[in-house]
Amino acid sequence: MSEEKYVPKSKLARWFDSRLPLLSLSHHLTEYPTPKNLNYWWTFGGILTFFLIAQIVTGIILAMHYVANTDLAFDSIEHIMRNVNYGWLIRYAHANGSSMFFLAVYIHIFRGLYYGSHKPPREMIWITGLIIYLLMMSTAFMGYTLPWGQMSFWAATVVSNLFGAIPLVGENITAWLWGGYSLGNPTLNRFYSLHYLFPFLIFALVVLHIWALHVPGNNNPIGIDVKKNRNETMSFHPYMVMKDLLAMLVFILIFLGFVFYAPNFLGHPDNYIPANPLVTPAHIVPEWYLLPFYAILRAIPSKLGGVIFMFASIFILVLLPWLDTSKVRSAVFRPLYKKFYWVLVVMVILLAYLGAKPPEGIYVILARIATAYYFIHFLIILPLLGRYEKTSPLPTSISDPVLDKLSIVDKFKKTAAEYEGENVDTFK
Amino acid sequence: MLIRLNNLLVKVFFIVFVIIISGSANSEEKKIEFIKNNWSFEGIFGTFNRASLQRGYQVYQEVCSGCHSIQHLSYRNLVEKGGPEFTLDEAKSIAEQFEILDGPNDDGEMFTRPRRLSDKFANPFPNVQTATAANGGAYPPDMSVLVKARKGEWNYIYSLLLGYEEAPAGHELDEGVYYNKYMPGNKIMMSKPLFEGAVEYADGTQATETQMAKDVTTFLTWAAEPHLEARHKMGFKVFIFLIILLTLVYFSKQKVWSRLDSKENSDQKEETFDKVEKAVTEYEGEDPKTFK
Amino acid sequence: MSKKIHSKRRSFLFTATYTIGAVGLGATIWPLVDQMNPDSSVKSLSTTEVNVGNIEPGKTLTVLWRGKPIFIRRRTKKEIDEAAKVDLKDLIDPEKDSDRTKNPEWLVMIGICTHLGCVPLGGKGEYKAWFCPCHGSHYDTSGRIRKGPAPKNLEIPKYEFVDNNTIKIG
Repeated sequence: MSEEKYVPKSKLARWFDSRLPLLSLSHHLTEYPTPKNLNYWWTFGGILTFFLIAQIVTGIILAMHYVANTDLAFDSIEHIMRNVNYGWLIRYAHANGSSMFFLAVYIHIFRGLYYGSHKPPREMIWITGLIIYLLMMSTAFMGYTLPWGQMSFWAATVVSNLFGAIPLVGENITAWLWGGYSLGNPTLNRFYSLHYLFPFLIFALVVLHIWALHVPGNNNPIGIDVKKNRNETMSFHPYMVMKDLLAMLVFILIFLGFVFYAPNFLGHPDNYIPANPLVTPAHIVPEWYLLPFYAILRAIPSKLGGVIFMFASIFILVLLPWLDTSKVRSAVFRPLYKKFYWVLVVMVILLAYLGAKPPEGIYVILARIATAYYFIHFLIILPLLGRYEKTSPLPTSISDPVLDKLSIVDKFKKTAAEYEGENVDTFK
Repeated sequence: MLIRLNNLLVKVFFIVFVIIISGSANSEEKKIEFIKNNWSFEGIFGTFNRASLQRGYQVYQEVCSGCHSIQHLSYRNLVEKGGPEFTLDEAKSIAEQFEILDGPNDDGEMFTRPRRLSDKFANPFPNVQTATAANGGAYPPDMSVLVKARKGEWNYIYSLLLGYEEAPAGHELDEGVYYNKYMPGNKIMMSKPLFEGAVEYADGTQATETQMAKDVTTFLTWAAEPHLEARHKMGFKVFIFLIILLTLVYFSKQKVWSRLDSKENSDQKEETFDKVEKAVTEYEGEDPKTFK
Repeated sequence: MSKKIHSKRRSFLFTATYTIGAVGLGATIWPLVDQMNPDSSVKSLSTTEVNVGNIEPGKTLTVLWRGKPIFIRRRTKKEIDEAAKVDLKDLIDPEKDSDRTKNPEWLVMIGICTHLGCVPLGGKGEYKAWFCPCHGSHYDTSGRIRKGPAPKNLEIPKYEFVDNNTIKIG
């Protein structure tokens, strides 16, 4: 990433920037060369940043009114909904914002999978991204416990009981997590503390994620490296800023559609029942964005096996840059990979659907098939595709879409050279 | 080999989808259609009917409050905008009917006083255990957010209230258990609460079962979502605003991006073209266009 | 030639976008700020009704209102006369006793010393009225500062007699 050193105009600015290069950083971010062929699937990074900030702001405000005590938590949220000025708005924004955050992150991840953004030299972007995703899931899980409704209590009980499956130390770990013999006040308090902390860890990792991105620069839909001197990039500001802003607004429209007109649609009615350790709900389900993992967990017959496979399903994603051995980046030029990609998408959606169903009959069989496919896709199919797939011919650059079609300049050169035999380069 | 595998997968896919679709059609949990009704608060412009809310309060007070608490409501909520909007005096006199334990006073003693607007609604029982014991081991749930706590929301509550039926043949019911068409599992420990004329409405409306069910459901929906009207109103303003902003941002974006086809940019491309054209023409004199 | 018109049209569009955007941002920020204002449950406690029927002359009732102590004193004739006789020139914070009461028999004041906020003790001090032990401020039978570091008289809150036995404060 070679850039000329930025020299600020005013003396004061130079004094400041030479000591704390914020102005240089700002200059880098505005001038950052972005491939000019990016499509709208590349706007989700900006959307995710917006939602991270929105969740932090609404979350800190809610924390001004929420009480983390098992006797008072549910009531404190009703207090927010009823008494705090605009409390209902801030609470609904935070709850639905969480869903939007995950919707955006899944689109963002699947964009990466399709266009090969996980491939060298972008492995660290992929890995920091996965750590962010893991932190997001932990944050969301702990956040969902805070209202201390029936689903809060029982989903947390189920998940924390999973650790009991670990041989030898399982029981101790579970008791350590709970701070007691079951989910209770100590658990609620520590979840509150960590739920407040993790988003700032996410923020730090996002900084690393973007830093790692700015080293090689963005990937693009055809997966061919851009050449900076061939007019193939544009400055981030104002082009990408405006494009990201537009995409953000559309997504916010959808988000506010939920907040104002269907604020409880993505939630579960049982969480409006105060937690009762003596009454288990008929169907315990996590929030929709955790359903695929829930389905994998229940698909495996053994308790420990389910836990292992559930964590493995995320861990193998870490290995993806080394499992996907194809030299071709983008699925645009990988016809077979493209097909398997869509199969994977459907399987993951299927797993989400099954995660909400009772683990009986046909649902169990399908969950096992889908889980099997998921692992086969990453562990077997991708490495094989890398070795044997016949990819489509690649263009030389993002300006020349296909190798066969010569550009006008090249055509002139070719014909002229044929005609005389003289060195074509002299034309320049 | 991979292509054959791919074809196999497509076939498996198809079979799987067919199974799912057919499976959903006859799942074990039978899809129960709730009793239909028009609710004034439904839809993006929904609002509450004040009169219905006031009648619904009366039904709650006279029929339900004997067993069901509604502890997150305060008497002042009856006056606030977006709700039944009783007058200050009406709400005050409602509150005064109920007593609350206060204290200790300067002598160190607890005492009872009439409730004020700032107090919460009175609970029929001092705690959950008393409530459960007094109702045959079944706790009458608090109604503050009951509408949001049930699948089907207000349609479910309305249907349940009107859904008491004779148990079908072979259905054994214990003492104190009743058959309800809409209760999951069909067994409910609340006896039918609404009978024709159970309440004499203050506004003179005839208190049929369906009327009372509708009014109390409306009241309970408001109790669960007291800011519903404000939410709808704000939502409308927000959407109009966003559409305007979206349009402006869209055209701004187009305007900014049109700089890429600006004079400078096309000038550059023109220059290169001209250069090549000139060079070739000089060399041959032939029309460069024939090269195409 | 076309560039000038172009830029005018273009800058109008951008100005409009910025303006609408700023309005949106402001409208979004307002709820985030307003949520810290007193909520409706706190505001409902902004008035307190006190039954004063049992207070005898010469006795003070102290109640909490908005978290602050309120002195409600039923004054004796002696105290009322003493308060009325005081020459305004002798007062650190000149104020007529009749301006501090609606009914001279009833003195309703916020019991917080105007110096640094301690709660003065009743029946003490040079005027046998109120004395603040923290830094030695003396208040008279009308609650006015007479001696000591306090700059102002004890504050009179908004109140009214709902009926002969009930005062509504706030």
